[in-house]
Amino acid sequence: MGLVKNYLIPKLFHLIMSNVGFNQFKGDVNTERIKYIADPQLRNIVNVSIALARPLLVKGEPGTGKTLLSHAIAEALGKRLIIWNVKSTTEAIDGCYMYDTVQRLNDSRFGCEDRNVDNIKDYISLGPLGEAFDSDEQVVLLIDEIDKADIEFPNDLLQELDVMEFYIKETKEFVKAKNRPIVIITSNNEKELPDAFLRRCIFHWIEFPSKEFMADICNLHYPNLKQNLLEQCLKHFYALRTITKLRKMPSTSELLDWIGVLLKSGISLDELKREIPFLGVLLKKEKDLEIALEKIKFPT
Amino acid sequence: MFVEYFYYLKERLPISITEYMTLIEALDRGLIHNMVEFYYVSRSILCKNEHHFDIYDIAFANFFKNAIIKFPDEVKREIWDWLNKDITIPELLEGLKILLREYQQYLNIEDLQQFLENLLLKLNRDLEGNLSINAPQEVKDEIWDWLKKNMDLLDANANAQEILSQFFNLEEMQKQFEDLMQRQDEEHNGGDHWVGTQGTSPFGHSGQNPMGMRVGGSSGMRMAVQIAQKRIFSDYRKDIVLDTRQIKVALKRLKKLEEIGKLDELNMDKTIDKTANNGGDIELIFEKRRKNNVKLVLLMDVGGSMTPYAHLVNLLFSAANNMSHWKDFKHYYFHNCIYDKLYFNAQRNPDEAIDFEDFIKKYDNKYKVVLVGDAAMASWELTERYGSIYYYHRNEMPGIYYIREIANHFKNNIVWLNPELIRLEWTPWTRKIISSIIPMFNLTVEGIEEAMDYLRKGGKQMYTTVQMLKGLNY
Repeated sequence: MGLVKNYLIPKLFHLIMSNVGFNQFKGDVNTERIKYIADPQLRNIVNVSIALARPLLVKGEPGTGKTLLSHAIAEALGKRLIIWNVKSTTEAIDGCYMYDTVQRLNDSRFGCEDRNVDNIKDYISLGPLGEAFDSDEQVVLLIDEIDKADIEFPNDLLQELDVMEFYIKETKEFVKAKNRPIVIITSNNEKELPDAFLRRCIFHWIEFPSKEFMADICNLHYPNLKQNLLEQCLKHFYALRTITKLRKMPSTSELLDWIGVLLKSGISLDELKREIPFLGVLLKKEKDLEIALEKIKFPT
Repeated sequence: MFVEYFYYLKERLPISITEYMTLIEALDRGLIHNMVEFYYVSRSILCKNEHHFDIYDIAFANFFKNAIIKFPDEVKREIWDWLNKDITIPELLEGLKILLREYQQYLNIEDLQQFLENLLLKLNRDLEGNLSINAPQEVKDEIWDWLKKNMDLLDANANAQEILSQFFNLEEMQKQFEDLMQRQDEEHNGGDHWVGTQGTSPFGHSGQNPMGMRVGGSSGMRMAVQIAQKRIFSDYRKDIVLDTRQIKVALKRLKKLEEIGKLDELNMDKTIDKTANNGGDIELIFEKRRKNNVKLVLLMDVGGSMTPYAHLVNLLFSAANNMSHWKDFKHYYFHNCIYDKLYFNAQRNPDEAIDFEDFIKKYDNKYKVVLVGDAAMASWELTERYGSIYYYHRNEMPGIYYIREIANHFKNNIVWLNPELIRLEWTPWTRKIISSIIPMFNLTVEGIEEAMDYLRKGGKQMYTTVQMLKGLNY
């Protein structure tokens, strides 16, 4: 009994507490297709949202890897990723299913061998949400840029995301999730999201990476990058970000592109110290370029 | 037990019971292992908007302030040095405002606000409006005494730490866990009672210790509070202006869709539905186009005291100008106060200007007018004939006449945006007068939103930002 009490129970306790029966997202993914590191907070929040089966709403500056996160989760957990790109015209029902009336009309007039005009099911195809529900395995569902759609769009999704089922009125059938998908939602803040929708989500704001964390990210993408070169790049990059007048701050993705260009051009460290070559890769707006050139002073 | 934390935050942030239950579930299921994780997870669950993060940080730091470090010594010393310098009263107030803004997580804000307001009243009385002198020593002493008393917080929420230390008490938890294991041996039937089942376990809901912490001690707490104290999200507060895109979002609130023109837009969906319903006989459905019918005039104060805000006004202008949202958009410039001319560009060349009378004729009261300016000027600029700041400019009527005229003409379709945040500040006399004639809002994202709502509803909102802030605790 003593053994059980002193040894086994603490052991079991630890085991159960550390592994509460859900998939752990470790935070760093380094495969051929996807290179991604999440900071510890983000990693933790992802795991919490998976465990609580709540959608995770991710916001952050453009270019901080909001969309990439779901790719990384899918890759790390070995799950299929289904992407629903929201556009300004998207409606909630598009994500569930589509009823192809035009095809049916065409078939009824001109006939078709593959489809049976009398069978409405042949003309119903599932949208990304429907596909995610219908999948035999758990999938990762990315609802990308939810704020692009109409302001009521998120509210129309409440029932679907809550109960994980929807109704096809043409066939009078329910589609119910076989496995609750891991739902990641990104927003660019173009519109305010409705409160009822927000209440059901877990929210994370991706902070802009610190210099140290940024160095890790760069090293992951360019493992052969010389450290002194990287240091100089980051120095320029964070100096640019201190110019508050810029309309569009350069972000992680722009930095990575820029380092790629620098490596291709084979620029030397001395040159990099003297100027910021290919500034256009970092700053996309003409006005910003002017401001930056005016502000940055180089030792002569 | 966690209820206290919930209500403390609920007073400050829009949180519902749903979020609270989610947080309890996260605790219950052992997803939070230490205080730092608790800080982040509770933020993710309770705050749904980055604009609220700063408020959360302050609330979090204050709620757990017993566990935390004291007011940083070097800042104390700086304040002491600063108070011992010769400073004028406006400088003194400016400094106190900064103190209030930067260190509110250490200070009892309500008290400080009260203290400052009393001080202001007293100063106003004693000095009879003569404010350009150096602050008297006894005033400084009074301030220092107050700060000394309040910088190291005494009356922390004493319960908070107790509660938390229970949450993070490993021993206690392990004991409960053992109990649970034992009970599980005894009863095998109740499927929804035990470790690992999802959310239905009553454990931890009825005043007991919510389970699931692995790492104990308050060191985690100290760190979490330190993170909160850094307040890195203070820039994201909604009451501070950020960038053009945000302004655009705010401006978009001003919308009045109207159907215009002929029935010339084909509604594809309705056409298809109708055609399918007809069994294939094509039927085309046309509708009128809907377009935003808002016409906007922006009047901007430039030069002089507005120079520090030039960038801000520029952002507002470029946001409004770049939006294809308006039916019509026009802009003019003025300096300090409106007189008989409004200028086409910021240089204010008298030859390139529109007469006030023509302006009133040209723009009927369907136009929405947004004035931008600090409304701070010498009193004669507003009340005197020939009071304009330029000696060559001879205004036959005092500025106040034009302000009244424009307000009367546009009625409920006119607002004033003011870049000077009205907090614990002396409201210049002219600003008081003008804001009593034209509703005044802060030039912040929040203020623009309120102003746009006011315009959209045709002036039906009760309060302006200025009035609201006076009644609000900062």
